[in-house]
Amino acid sequence: MEKPVIHIKPPSRLSLGFKELWQYRELFYFFTWRDIKVKYKQTYLGVLWALLQPLGMMLIFTFLFSKTWPINTGDIKYPVFVLSGLICWNLFSSSVSHAGDSMVQNANIIKKIYFPRLIIPCSAMLVALFDFLIAFMIFIILCFVLQQPPSWTAILYFPAGIVMSLLSAAGLGLLLAALNVKFRDFRYALPFLLQVLFFASQVIYPLQSVQQSLFKYLLAINPMNAAIELFRAPLSNISPDMTIVAIGTCSSVSLLIIGLLYFRKTEAYFADLA
Amino acid sequence: MKPAIEILNLGKQYKLTTSAPYVALRDVISESAKNIFLSKKKEQDSFWALRDINLSIEPGERVGIIGRNGAGKSTLLKIISRITPPTTGEAIIRGRVGSLLEVGTGFHPELSGRENIYLNGSILGLKKAEITKQLDAIIDFSGVEKFIDTPLKHYSSGMQLRLAFSVAAHLEPEILLIDEVLAVGDMEFQKKCLGKMEEVSKKDGRTILFVSHDLSAVTTLTTKCLLLEKGLPVKYDTTSSVISEYANRMSQHPVYTAEAVTTIPTITKVEINTSEAGSIQGHGKPMSILFEIDMPSQGYAGMALSFQIFNHLNIPILFNWVFDTENVICRTKGKNYLRFTYDELKLYKGSYYLKVHLAETKHRNKFQEIDCCNFNVEMINLKEPEWGWNDGVCQVLDKGKWETY
Repeated sequence: MEKPVIHIKPPSRLSLGFKELWQYRELFYFFTWRDIKVKYKQTYLGVLWALLQPLGMMLIFTFLFSKTWPINTGDIKYPVFVLSGLICWNLFSSSVSHAGDSMVQNANIIKKIYFPRLIIPCSAMLVALFDFLIAFMIFIILCFVLQQPPSWTAILYFPAGIVMSLLSAAGLGLLLAALNVKFRDFRYALPFLLQVLFFASQVIYPLQSVQQSLFKYLLAINPMNAAIELFRAPLSNISPDMTIVAIGTCSSVSLLIIGLLYFRKTEAYFADLA
Repeated sequence: MKPAIEILNLGKQYKLTTSAPYVALRDVISESAKNIFLSKKKEQDSFWALRDINLSIEPGERVGIIGRNGAGKSTLLKIISRITPPTTGEAIIRGRVGSLLEVGTGFHPELSGRENIYLNGSILGLKKAEITKQLDAIIDFSGVEKFIDTPLKHYSSGMQLRLAFSVAAHLEPEILLIDEVLAVGDMEFQKKCLGKMEEVSKKDGRTILFVSHDLSAVTTLTTKCLLLEKGLPVKYDTTSSVISEYANRMSQHPVYTAEAVTTIPTITKVEINTSEAGSIQGHGKPMSILFEIDMPSQGYAGMALSFQIFNHLNIPILFNWVFDTENVICRTKGKNYLRFTYDELKLYKGSYYLKVHLAETKHRNKFQEIDCCNFNVEMINLKEPEWGWNDGVCQVLDKGKWETY
């Protein structure tokens, strides 16, 4: 067997190190497995919590916005409309908050063992994806119960919406994870930031109901609007607004590049700072 | 055959921060705002934790790294295991590296023993298939078979340690880095682990780098040693000659002296007055320690001076302190003198040294921490017990009385 040769030098050039990430794929698996396993230990309802939370929110919003202050959601029934937005939003927000906190939470491991640091926030995001998949099944059932089955375009649009949510979450999550190691302030800013983003995303209202087009496109910079736009497309007959999708894709990709570069640039010193 | 580890001019510099290691954004902003107005560049102190390390270790060699606290031993291992990057120089490692900087890294209390073996093993670099292959051996070695499917939080700390050691002892990388980890846990199990590691290394020609304060463990496990002092390499030779050099250096300087640094408070002199000549102190006799501290200005309130007495295994035995808030000290500019006296020093025979700390409590600044003033305690003019004064039976001897009742 060829022995691996490791060359240790002061950090200089930037590399994304995906090859190394692949070598450590088993550790990746174990971290994700640990987090999923630990998450619902000592809970009576266990994984059901992944369903109850979005369903509860759906009931509240349905009560508020389909009966009390009706919102025009076109040909989509409000419960389906809001749940489709909520599960995407939950995927994004729990990915960001888990990833953002992950480096600090695992500080004791970071200080003792070497492995590609990217594994930690990424596996934190996979835990959120696991919860999403459970909620997603309930969402599909609800679609059929309320007689609003998604069209066949879902094969394309659902994965597109999910990938867009994950990419945006990865960019923001990585940036916050790295910043959190140095400045613990971001821990406290994060819940507030997520709340602002929630209202700036078309979860409970359709973005098309925003009258001024300038404001609408300004909101589209929030990549979650594009993600939800894509995810909801198979539920109605109207095709997604491609301008919103394009703006969202641009901001999501730039966020990912910034997050990834900043994380890579600072990761060498995590052990000294954590 | 190329060496397993090649180290060239390796160095690591740390920036000294006065506050906590992580920073609050507020401080960064306020500091930079201050700097704009005062147009003064903030002086950042830095120090070299490690410098000019050159080392070449052949495959199969077992090398110990020794030195006092803060000599840079752990920093060296951290660089080789890639946890922290070096500031200068480079290192080439040929082979799979397994590092054991702490046993049980990543153990999760909610997971069962079996699950933790997998998690911990994979953190330490084992493949899943390798863990499965060794699972029975690991469980057997640990001696906690009965509880292997119980969550770890129900384990006693001893059981957790045994499980952690067992995983560690079954690591099979070509290069194994071990830091202090064998210093905890029960003696018998420790020996079992040391034995296992020695066996594996001799049989498969594994390279081992071993950091420890326990000189006897270093002697059993290693053939060569590197002595570090203040981050600099002092000697790299056979274990026995390096250990004797280390012991020699530890007993050399009974008086510590240093130049005053004009910007911060400095300990300029520490002198120990032992009851006998040649840094020898009789048990139960008085001993005094003289401190000389240089203050850059008058305005320091809240200074604190403390010292610990460590034994030869670098374990702190005694601790004494004085605070400005209770007993006014170090208020004058220039030299300040302080004396501490033990009326009857209760240390048992053995060799000891002082670690002196100079700090300020108000802003939690630590100015200095120095190891100095080695001395030996002897049992002079004391009635010997029937079995004689044996080495290492205790650290402190206190009076008391026996009676039948």
